[in-house]
Amino acid sequence: MDALVSTLQDNDLVVAFALVGLVTAIAMLISKVLTRGKFQASAIAIIIGLVLAYIGGVATGGEDGLADLSLFSGIGLMGGGMLVNLAIVATGFGASFEEMKKSGLGGIISLVLGVVLSFAIGVVIAVMFGYSDPVDLTTIGAGTATYIVGPVTGAALGASSGIIALSVGAGLVKSVLTMVLTPFVAKYIGLNNPRSAIVFGGLLGTTSGVTAGLAATDKRLVPYGAMTSTFYTGLGLLLAPSVLFFAVRTIFG
Amino acid sequence: MIILGVALLSGSLLIGTFIGNLVGSLLGVDANVGGVGIAMILLILSTNLLARSGRLRPETSAGISFWSGMYIPIVVAMAATQNVVGAVTAGPVAVVAGVAAVAVSFLLVPVLARVKTPGIDEPVEVFAEEA
Repeated sequence: MDALVSTLQDNDLVVAFALVGLVTAIAMLISKVLTRGKFQASAIAIIIGLVLAYIGGVATGGEDGLADLSLFSGIGLMGGGMLVNLAIVATGFGASFEEMKKSGLGGIISLVLGVVLSFAIGVVIAVMFGYSDPVDLTTIGAGTATYIVGPVTGAALGASSGIIALSVGAGLVKSVLTMVLTPFVAKYIGLNNPRSAIVFGGLLGTTSGVTAGLAATDKRLVPYGAMTSTFYTGLGLLLAPSVLFFAVRTIFG
Repeated sequence: MIILGVALLSGSLLIGTFIGNLVGSLLGVDANVGGVGIAMILLILSTNLLARSGRLRPETSAGISFWSGMYIPIVVAMAATQNVVGAVTAGPVAVVAGVAAVAVSFLLVPVLARVKTPGIDEPVEVFAEEA
């Protein structure tokens, strides 16, 4: 038994490849048998991944889902930023630069609007729940943009750790919901061409949510959504602690 | 050689990430601004250039296509490392804010997808449903 555990621990990335392969096989079976192919296997596999992350989180109390279990630490490497970015860039191979140029203006508008809108929604909801301090409101609004913008903004403005945790929570809800819901709503919001994918990436912005949601919908859309969402967090970090904070302070200060 | 494709992909990512970090520090934010997007453009332009001069060999392409094919499995692994417990137990303010932001953003997709870049009149390509 010890020998088995140490074999698995010494080969953690290989374990991750095998595990994800198994999850994909199960997802294909579910897709074929239970949904008669109506619902894509990749969407089901991503949902199984989220369920595993939940189980891992409950089991360890950690923040990295399944990767917090030492047996599955390789999942953290496989699903970590480095390989995710490498694979996203690879999906750009065969994508059309012309299509990206055609949608440039819509992409830029959606990016700016996406950051400001998510921020504003976060602020309004926080006001409705009784928060009134401009620093708290800004931090929660920033977290509603993405879970990276929230804590960075909160730290810069000196928000309390409870508020920062709340802002991370809002961003996580947005990211997980985007992953799960995108394949279901894609048909209704016209998400079947490069331009709408570019706009989608700019509006939602959460890179993990956007790229996973598009992957579950149609993999050909991924590079277009990634193109705009890759700018979102940077733009959020730029706007939230400065212009947007001043605006909130002017209105609620 | 497969490694040439992998190296081209890796080089694109490294240059893109470096530029993204430079842009971030110029703007005074501690983040990679657009690095992946820049890397993607570099990869598209360099592979197009090679293909046009007939020097993009099938093996080179295979090195890139492999990682493109690994994208969904990698996303499944990424999903498995998300802080889902944090999202589920985030408290009502966070949940309502997150749900509202996603709902409004979804609704705006068809609206903004109508925006055309001035000077370009051709329609966008539409993907047929996958078999």
